[in-house]
Amino acid sequence: MTVAVFLEHHEGELQKGSLGVLGKAASLGDDVAGIVLGSGVKELAAQAGRFGAPKVFVADAPELEAPLPQPRVDAIAQLVGEKSIETVLFAASVLASDVAAGLAARLDAGLNWDLVDLVEQDGQLVGKRPALEDTVYVDVGWTTEPRLALFRPGTFDPSESGGEAEVEELSPTFEDFSTQATMIEQAHEESEGPSIEDADVIVAGGRGLGGPENFSLVEELAKALGGAVAATRAVVDAGWYPYATQVGQTGKTVSPKLYVACGISGAIQHKVGMQGSGTVIAINKDPNAPIFEFSDLGVVGDLHEIVPKLTELVQQRKSG
Amino acid sequence: MKIAVCVKEVPDAGVNKRIDPNTKRLDRSGEGALNHFDTQAVEEALKIKEAGGEGEVVLVSMGPAGALDSLRKALAMGADRAVLITDEAAAGSDLVATSRALAAALEREEADLVIFGQQGNDSDGAVLWAAVADRLRRPVISQVAELTVADGKLRGKRQTEFGYDVIEAPLPAVVAVSDAINEPRYPSLKGIMGAKSKPQESLSASDLGLDAGALGEQGSGTTVLALGDPPPRGDARKIEDDGNAAGQIVDFLAEKKLL
Amino acid sequence: MTAKPVDYPPPFSPVEFVTPPTDPPEERIEVGILIVGAGPAGLACAIRLGQLVEESPELAERLGDVPVAVLEKGKQPGSHILSGAVVNPRGLRRLFEGRKRIQDLPFYGEVEAEGVYFLRHNSSMRIPTPPTMKNHGNYIASLSQLIRWLGEQAEEAGATILPETAAEKLLVDHGRVLGVRTGDKGRGRNGEQLANFEPGSDILARVTVLCEGTQGHLTGVAIDEFGLEGESPQVWALGVKEVWKVEKPLRRVVHTMGWPLRAGAKYREFGGSFIYPMGDDMLTIGMVVGLDYRDAELSVHDLLQELKTNPFVRKMLEGGERVGWGAKTIPEGGFVALPKRLHAPGLLLCGDGAGMVNVPALKGIHYAVESGRLAAEAAVDALRPGRTPSTPGALAAYDEAVRGSFIWSDLQEVRNMRQAFGRGFYFGGALAGAMTATKGKFPPGDMSTERDAEQEIVRMGRSRKYPAPDGKLIFDKLSSVYLSGNRTRDDAPNHLRVQARVPEEIAVMWERMCPAQVYEAADGMVEITPSNCVQCGAITAKGGRLTPPEGGSGPEYTLT
Repeated sequence: MTVAVFLEHHEGELQKGSLGVLGKAASLGDDVAGIVLGSGVKELAAQAGRFGAPKVFVADAPELEAPLPQPRVDAIAQLVGEKSIETVLFAASVLASDVAAGLAARLDAGLNWDLVDLVEQDGQLVGKRPALEDTVYVDVGWTTEPRLALFRPGTFDPSESGGEAEVEELSPTFEDFSTQATMIEQAHEESEGPSIEDADVIVAGGRGLGGPENFSLVEELAKALGGAVAATRAVVDAGWYPYATQVGQTGKTVSPKLYVACGISGAIQHKVGMQGSGTVIAINKDPNAPIFEFSDLGVVGDLHEIVPKLTELVQQRKSG
Repeated sequence: MKIAVCVKEVPDAGVNKRIDPNTKRLDRSGEGALNHFDTQAVEEALKIKEAGGEGEVVLVSMGPAGALDSLRKALAMGADRAVLITDEAAAGSDLVATSRALAAALEREEADLVIFGQQGNDSDGAVLWAAVADRLRRPVISQVAELTVADGKLRGKRQTEFGYDVIEAPLPAVVAVSDAINEPRYPSLKGIMGAKSKPQESLSASDLGLDAGALGEQGSGTTVLALGDPPPRGDARKIEDDGNAAGQIVDFLAEKKLL
Repeated sequence: MTAKPVDYPPPFSPVEFVTPPTDPPEERIEVGILIVGAGPAGLACAIRLGQLVEESPELAERLGDVPVAVLEKGKQPGSHILSGAVVNPRGLRRLFEGRKRIQDLPFYGEVEAEGVYFLRHNSSMRIPTPPTMKNHGNYIASLSQLIRWLGEQAEEAGATILPETAAEKLLVDHGRVLGVRTGDKGRGRNGEQLANFEPGSDILARVTVLCEGTQGHLTGVAIDEFGLEGESPQVWALGVKEVWKVEKPLRRVVHTMGWPLRAGAKYREFGGSFIYPMGDDMLTIGMVVGLDYRDAELSVHDLLQELKTNPFVRKMLEGGERVGWGAKTIPEGGFVALPKRLHAPGLLLCGDGAGMVNVPALKGIHYAVESGRLAAEAAVDALRPGRTPSTPGALAAYDEAVRGSFIWSDLQEVRNMRQAFGRGFYFGGALAGAMTATKGKFPPGDMSTERDAEQEIVRMGRSRKYPAPDGKLIFDKLSSVYLSGNRTRDDAPNHLRVQARVPEEIAVMWERMCPAQVYEAADGMVEITPSNCVQCGAITAKGGRLTPPEGGSGPEYTLT
């Protein structure tokens, strides 16, 4: 089973998400290869070796310099054809999703996305994914080859096993239409911090905070954890925090790896906005708050005491 | 300027969504509504048409015959025409089959610009634009939060995990707008009343020159094998603060490798 | 400490909602007959008009390009509709005579059997069915679903239904009703215009038919504007209901009285519950309580939750799952609270908005349907060549028709029933029995009604008994609001008029009364979350005023 993994890179670094998928692919079998596409990216291939790829296909071309999807579809389609690759895996991102979907159309190959796992069952590859706001799990399969799969961001952690990768260079040719989109300006940082939809860590505040001034506790903890700040509808209604940070049925839907809920009761209107979170920690002084029914760690106590102490301990851990 | 907007009817979010255990597909038998993100795509198309002073905005969709009702809302907003691909053979189409059908309909339209909304809330429509663009052999820009069309070119501000890019492409092109792009207009009463009489066309697979086998489950590359409950949330723990809660939380985070 | 809601009137004045047309003439929308509300009355009116237009091409010409328009503030017909319901088919039979049979309508079947029970906390006792509550020959329905179907019929009959459109103001000029002005869309929390602001429009019509249902906004405005108040003020009950998927089919229509309501006269707790089968695998259970209750802590939603703990009720729900919830008021003033006239120049009043409800029988749908049908006929009659509906008295034929119909005779017969129960359950029961036996001749005359808001409110500790939510049998208000399909945007302007500073009893009373947790009592002030509102109308009965929010907001009922 030949599995190729699209390895996305940014500013000279292979992305964690892609490396995680690479590790997963390696665990499924030996015939694994990474795909690195760009301009001036040969050294990145060596990185791939350390994270589980015995082989890496590299295409280095000016057309691949900008992180645009369509030239990558050309390159990977040709690779699949030349090397009879049976499965191509992607860690979801704006770029990777467009590449995977373009490839699906190019090769008339089935694409399953939002996967959180991939296993072998009865000799077949089966993907597992949540659906309907994570209330149902679905087993999905493929009826065509190559099998294409997009994994939910952050599903697998990379594991550095050391190792060398054999590098094979490709020389793809590009379709006319693939190079029509051009990058004018690239990767400007947004002026505000990570938007809550992209954040890996979110610290959210609710009415239990007691007043708008106490959002500083939430902000400090978020900063220490490297995350974003969110708010419930109740406190946004009361004017304690801006609407852009509201999580919930009538606000944003988020699915960070870690969600820390401070003084939030957990009404369903809020729950549906964050129930896809990886790990939920709730701090609330009411032992009967509904949020404790869907948190991984529930802490009954006074957040005004716990949160500052927690911030301090996190800062110590990170610096020490 | 002709702008095609790909829109979709999805189960109304006001109703409990469920997967039909027999077909293993989303139960679409209940109330449907226009996908909210698609109304943003329609809004952007109308803005571009209005800025240019002339043009046509045509809706292209695939779904059961009753989906025409939901398309009417977009017509009420100001779109000129609706085209619905509807064929029993198309039920259960995945990305491969759906993009095939939409591309066939879009080729008929020969639009200068094809616009998609961000995603379907029924988890079926994500990343459709890249697949359609490939079949149409046109450039595609996605996650566009700001869009300008001028001198036969489009320029989009694309939002990514790293910040934003500015990308340009010549028309004809395909663009997918992000949910930050605009706030869709409310249809005016005159718009609602006039929607019924705007042209609405239904196309079958053969109208598109496609075999029934090119659509539906037969034309798809993926399949749903089984449904189940999500894995339990692991051992949920609940502790009472005796002064050490903060430390216990940190230990928990370390244990979960979140620190 | 006691307080009366009526002493804290809301900042509301009907004249705010009466205006001549303000849009420039070329922007006004003109229709033939304008119906406000796509409920049973409004859709019956539209369907009957369609029948009349089909029979007469000259009528079609006279009504113009849009002969019949129906405004509906919900997302679609049925979204704001809630009832039990056991429907008397009389009105629908007349409406569809020669065209459809009752079997063609989406009912859950005829009533097979029924029972009335007197409940105590842990027991139930069957009592003989009062004659006014016999349901033989009636049909069980989800009114919301029936309305969806009626909406399709109305469209097929040629009506233009305009959903997500609130009728905000009555267009009146020189004492004549010219139509309505629809509400603005796209305003922010403080009334400011947002980026997608869309102003309302003037819709002009030859005849305007108000079918707004309970607490009809423009109906209330019109009654005030044209001096149409009946001899007695209107009073309401609040109904909160759930729909459940169940394992064991319920094979009869059940009504209960007694617990959890308290019988003493000082409580003024009048009402009971209903449990109706919906096919083999669903049922609906609801609690209905008169809003003249006096305990500040009374919460109909929580009484419904409490009701479910009774073993007789609990058994019916065993192994089941809640799939729907909703709340709505019901006018209960009956005959003496009907407006003294149901028409004004260019205007007709129908259905629950006008208070056409038979309280002891818990029926109003067939009156709504019949009144809508009669309104259609009167409107068409007033449009005959040489006549105009806007001269005073032109629409008087509608009043005559209603007075000659079963609506009038039924309501007159049971006219004092509700008022009798103001004296407490047992005395009221005796009086009610006497009324039924004498077909309304005893007691003679008309008993007076006090306004709900005139009742003194006292904290009597009712909330101690409310069961705690467990997410399986007992549910809190917020998860119920979610289940109603309510997704109103948070930054919508506040459509609820109440005084901000009120005594604690009133604030607590509003907090408990509201099934959607809109009001919260806090430090002598009332905090409002208008986006929770399911537009039941209870606040208007108890000292505030519900005005129509932005069209399309509120619940999206499908099974109620």
